[in-house]
Amino acid sequence: MLSVKGLKAKVGDKDILKGLDLEVGPGEVHAIMGPNGSGKSTFAHVLSGREGYEVTAGSVDFNGQDLLGLEPEERAQLGLFLAFQYPVELPGVNNTYFLKSAVNAIRKARGDDELDAVSFLRLMKERLKVLHLNDSLLKRPVNFGFSGGEKKRNEIFQMAMLEPKLAILDETDSGLDIDALRIVAAGVNALRGPERSMLVVTHYQRLLDYIKPDYVHVLAQGRIIRSGGKELALELEEKGYSWITDGEAA
Amino acid sequence: MSAATEYDHLVRSEYEHGFVTEIESDTLPPGLDEQVVAAISKRKGEPDWMTDWRLSAYGKWLNMPTPEWAAVQHAPIDFQDISYYSAPKKKEGPKSLDEVDPVLLETYQKLGIPIEEQMALAGIAVDAVFDSVSVATTFRDKLAEAGVIFCSISEAIKDYPELVRKHLGTVVPPTDNFYAGLNSAVFTDGTFVYVPKHTRCPMELSTYFRINTAKTGQFERTLIIADEGSYVSYLEGCTAPQRDDNQLHAAVVELIALEGAEIKYSTVQNWYPGDANGKGGIYNFVTKRGDCRGARSKISWTQVETGSAITWKYPSCILRGDDSVGEFYSVAVTKGRQQADTGTKMIHLGRNTRSTIVSKGISAQHGQQSYRGLVRIAGKAEGARNHTQCDSLLIGDTCAAHTFPYIEVKNPSAKMEHEATTSKISEDQLFYCRSRGLSEEDAVSMIVNGFCKEVFNELPMEFAVEAQKLLSISLEGAVG
Repeated sequence: MLSVKGLKAKVGDKDILKGLDLEVGPGEVHAIMGPNGSGKSTFAHVLSGREGYEVTAGSVDFNGQDLLGLEPEERAQLGLFLAFQYPVELPGVNNTYFLKSAVNAIRKARGDDELDAVSFLRLMKERLKVLHLNDSLLKRPVNFGFSGGEKKRNEIFQMAMLEPKLAILDETDSGLDIDALRIVAAGVNALRGPERSMLVVTHYQRLLDYIKPDYVHVLAQGRIIRSGGKELALELEEKGYSWITDGEAA
Repeated sequence: MSAATEYDHLVRSEYEHGFVTEIESDTLPPGLDEQVVAAISKRKGEPDWMTDWRLSAYGKWLNMPTPEWAAVQHAPIDFQDISYYSAPKKKEGPKSLDEVDPVLLETYQKLGIPIEEQMALAGIAVDAVFDSVSVATTFRDKLAEAGVIFCSISEAIKDYPELVRKHLGTVVPPTDNFYAGLNSAVFTDGTFVYVPKHTRCPMELSTYFRINTAKTGQFERTLIIADEGSYVSYLEGCTAPQRDDNQLHAAVVELIALEGAEIKYSTVQNWYPGDANGKGGIYNFVTKRGDCRGARSKISWTQVETGSAITWKYPSCILRGDDSVGEFYSVAVTKGRQQADTGTKMIHLGRNTRSTIVSKGISAQHGQQSYRGLVRIAGKAEGARNHTQCDSLLIGDTCAAHTFPYIEVKNPSAKMEHEATTSKISEDQLFYCRSRGLSEEDAVSMIVNGFCKEVFNELPMEFAVEAQKLLSISLEGAVG
């Protein structure tokens, strides 16, 4: 479903990704771990099409489509979703209205009928239930004045509404206390399914106590230098990144 | 020599100017002098006092300087090159929608305007299209029941001379400013509203219902009087783009709220802004002022301004009555080569008077926008309060926003708050929306509408929906 081959990207003059390879199959959950500055967030942003990154080599295939040639909204319409590390505030834009517009933009692009207000509200209620969330965030402007935990929960709720084929969670655990982390992780787990793959980008192992990955990859110096099962994450927790990165350097 | 006889020769000499009565050619030749002013008055069948009022205004206007202080630029206007009277004759407009500019039609469709209305707006002979007589009749019956007078100012001058004479020019005197002086001399038509004591006007009054009566022309005059304890909401303008052959528009609007009365005045202005270089657009130089004459009265201005090449407009409130309230909510958009110098004045004279100003300016492309606002607290205005919030949003880096707040406080008990922000739509916000599947244009429109929300909340429901659509359409192609 996602096939990344030899991906190189730079920001300004600085090479960040230096030949990254990754294969993600349908329904798989992959964790991308790595020390600060290893290129984790860059990778997430390049996949979702953010401006400011120059891809210099390699390819990204997403269900048979060349992802790199597409606009961010086209990628979203194909089923790619990025849960932001720092969700952006949109003052005055009602959260429900924002979601309805997004859901319908994606439905329209796929040739589905747009949802009317009634069907949309029904869908929203159903998804809130699945995630055990209440609707207190939905009447407020998007992320505006939200706490860190509320912002992340809102990201997961958007994911539930947009039903992506591939969800990228960029440092979703950052800034969350343990209770908020549990709620967010439970939401993510509720959204796992055979049709939905996930890329969980994280610095710490603790998120992976709650979201159990099928595969763990270590990203360092712009490349994936080690891949394994979930036991790799535990090993990293115990020994630190230097255990691998030093080995690599040697 | 009495005033009446002094001007007699002027009135009689109207034919010298080719002022003929045949319907088709009922237009004065370009130029302005006393004879023209008198001819306008005569042509409209006005009483002598009105003619005198106009001529006196004209005399004062001659000695007034053109205002130079606004931050707008345009070539000098030749006031002798304008025709000051064009009667409602059958215009040589398009005969059907096929003859109308397709761009205009496309916009109408995007706004969801019914076909009959589209024809009316495009200047097709409306009476052939509209069954407006019945609409207008039902409407008038209902108002008459409530005792509300709602008619053209020309009719009011004839039918309610006492009311007009007592109030006309008491809020915006002819000497107020250059364009107000000009308007006072040559205004052709406009709207008159009187709401009797303790009456709540049963519906929102809109010029829309008068679309079929006289075309108001470039020098519009509006007078609204809300008597003690009454309420009226008035909607002006139209979201559909309006074209006009007259480049200069200098309207005057006067609102009078007596004790305990409330007037809510909402405007959506979408005059032709000119082509990409600003050529051919409307100059909109308007004087709008409300007088909270009685205690506990309230005047609220809400405006959404997206059109015109140049806008020069400061809807203001004089808070004369104790405990009176003035409000100003504004959204102004400038793009292309549009220039806007707009804002408000809140003059606090009475005790415990309160005012709120919320101004949202949006600039894109080469748009130039200035907020100019005056808050004056007079010495006797014990306990006056003002809150001003003035936000500018920039789209792209070739536009500009300026803020000129003037604050004069002569009473130490006054409380003043002024907040101002200038922001750009951030890359982060755009990317966030796009990563959720929204196109860049939809994202901009959503962010801009969010920015304007506080103002849209003040508009009557239907108007608010239209205003949002209008804003989105106005900003199409303004990004990237």
